[in-house]
Amino acid sequence: MKIAISTAGNNLDAQVELRFGRASSFLLFDTDTRNFSMLDNSEQVNAMQGAGIKTAQNIVTAGADVLISGHCGPKAMQVLNAKNIAVYVTEKNVIGTAIANLQNGLLEQITTHDVAGH
Amino acid sequence: MMKIAVASGKGGTGKTTLSIALTQAISGKVTLLDCDVEEPNCHLFFPVELDETLPVTVLIPVVDEDLCNSCGKCAEMCQFNAIICMDIDPAMVFPALCHSCGGCALVCETGAISEEECVIGCIEKRTIAQDKTLISGRLNIGYSLAPTVIRAVNREQSDNQITIIDAPPGTACPFVATVSESDFTILVTEPTKFGLHDLSLAVATLREMKRHFGVVINRSEQAENMVTDYCQQENIPVLLQIPASRKIAESYSRGGSLLDVMPEMKLDLLAMLKQIQAMIGSKI
Amino acid sequence: MKEIVIISGKGGTGKTSVTGSFAVLASNKVMADCDVDAADLHLILDPVLLEQHKFMSGHEAVINADLCDSCGLCADFCRFDAIEQLQDSYAVKHIGCEGCKVCVEVCPQSAIDFPSSHSGDCYHSTTEYGPMIHARLKAGAENSGKLVTQVRNEARQCGNEMNASWVIIDGPPGIGCPVISAITGVDLALIVTEPTLSGKHDLERVLQLSKHFSIPALIVINKWDLNIKLSAEIEALAAVYSAEIIGKLIYSPLFNLAQIAGLPVVKYAPNSQEAIELTAIWQKIESITGGGE
Repeated sequence: MKIAISTAGNNLDAQVELRFGRASSFLLFDTDTRNFSMLDNSEQVNAMQGAGIKTAQNIVTAGADVLISGHCGPKAMQVLNAKNIAVYVTEKNVIGTAIANLQNGLLEQITTHDVAGH
Repeated sequence: MMKIAVASGKGGTGKTTLSIALTQAISGKVTLLDCDVEEPNCHLFFPVELDETLPVTVLIPVVDEDLCNSCGKCAEMCQFNAIICMDIDPAMVFPALCHSCGGCALVCETGAISEEECVIGCIEKRTIAQDKTLISGRLNIGYSLAPTVIRAVNREQSDNQITIIDAPPGTACPFVATVSESDFTILVTEPTKFGLHDLSLAVATLREMKRHFGVVINRSEQAENMVTDYCQQENIPVLLQIPASRKIAESYSRGGSLLDVMPEMKLDLLAMLKQIQAMIGSKI
Repeated sequence: MKEIVIISGKGGTGKTSVTGSFAVLASNKVMADCDVDAADLHLILDPVLLEQHKFMSGHEAVINADLCDSCGLCADFCRFDAIEQLQDSYAVKHIGCEGCKVCVEVCPQSAIDFPSSHSGDCYHSTTEYGPMIHARLKAGAENSGKLVTQVRNEARQCGNEMNASWVIIDGPPGIGCPVISAITGVDLALIVTEPTLSGKHDLERVLQLSKHFSIPALIVINKWDLNIKLSAEIEALAAVYSAEIIGKLIYSPLFNLAQIAGLPVVKYAPNSQEAIELTAIWQKIESITGGGE
């Protein structure tokens, strides 16, 4: 299983970025190999609008099965739902802990957006 | 006959207060347009029933899933991320982000994209007094096309009467769309550094757009102040100064009008209209 | 490091006057002016510019008059009425172009360029109270939400470098996209409101917004004595949203006078009742957040 986590850092000790669409990158963690790679999303930090949609599209293209972020807006959720990507939200935390929390069933899964579009 | 926009670079300068007072001061038919479509608030001062609500629509793309070959040209064309295309799925449209430019339909090679009307807001009409109509625009939350709703509000008033427009704050697109529709713009400001700074931003925009405008100074403490100095230097007419008054602030907080506490201002407002009329060469 | 944002919904409630006073009262902080449409904080903090970065956003069509053969297709297809006919060519009106690229696509002469547009600037400055990050959006430009994000990122970076205790953000007015950009992920939102119908109306919207983003909200009622009944209604509303009212400021000409002098209120009249109340408000914020460390 591949997990995408929004972040401004580049390793498992970095903080989860709580904003989804404007996150500068995503860490892609493979639960089978325990390895990770980085997905650049910096173009969307400066998107005119619709950053969430494009970001969701990037995650789909990267082949993620699960997303961990702080929030997710309605349009991004529509894209992620269309591709059956499970979305979990976390509070302020480092990526490693968020992944452990996910695997221990401590994170909340959301299926409808939790923040308004903007 | 004459359309006057009341605007201000900064919020909270008394734009709505002045728009309402002007509407009340003029005898005969007047239409008040609330073009602050993201936060319309003129109606808060008039607890009357709605006469009519009309939808505001724009054209947005609709994808025929049978004709779409998922080539992605529409998504590539769209500058607003309002349409995307993934894998072999048909293109997905996000109406709230669409600017209704028609670009996606233009580049679609299979003719899969047609355009249909989509509601993005509404126009509310109220009779607020005899001969006085309030027309407010309201943009649905999350939608980005404020200028479209503003233009729709402007189409609702008839040309043979005086129109006062409560403009949106700031100097961005909604402000530009509003003042483009009017013959004259009154910029309401305060004699403070904040007021002066925001006034100069609004002036720069209006000059680039080549519009007629003048300044009203609200909460004025002295007849000569930093705003009058600036206006003199820049050759901008100061149309009126409204004194700083706790009475006015209290009345506003209760939802009352400027003319309730200072009925004598009516003559000043009418004189100001005459002055504006002379500047743009129009009849009242 | 704690990030706090001062917002108000409606404009003109005294948000920037409160923020300006915090600049004097807080120690070891970075000030960030995220009211990028009408940035005003610099008028009372008197910053000295150190460096500036261009803010690029979207694209804008530009017609090359040498290549244009005046066929007029661009003007026919433009739905924003942003193309005007000149004597022997066409030109894009800078104010009005939405950057949709349709004209670029239809031009048979390929005479239309589509460069990124320079929509504003972001500034790093120093003030007598510490560093300040601010920005200016060009007249008629849109997308202030994105510039707000840029100001916040640069302020946070500056704060990290100097090991600051606080990033204090003067937020934009309203409840739209720029406000959302300004409040997401902050530690605390301070809402400055006033007892007027639109003040109360907007307060509720801003409270909903902060609740939505799980951001603790505190409230200051400015000019509270203007309408004691509405002030009481605001207190009731605050209770519904569990937002504590940490201070009430009286309707006072001092705010206006400090603005005219271009100084923070607590500096303009340090011994005034207003300054004492503002100091108490800041101390409450410190104690509620457990200091800035």
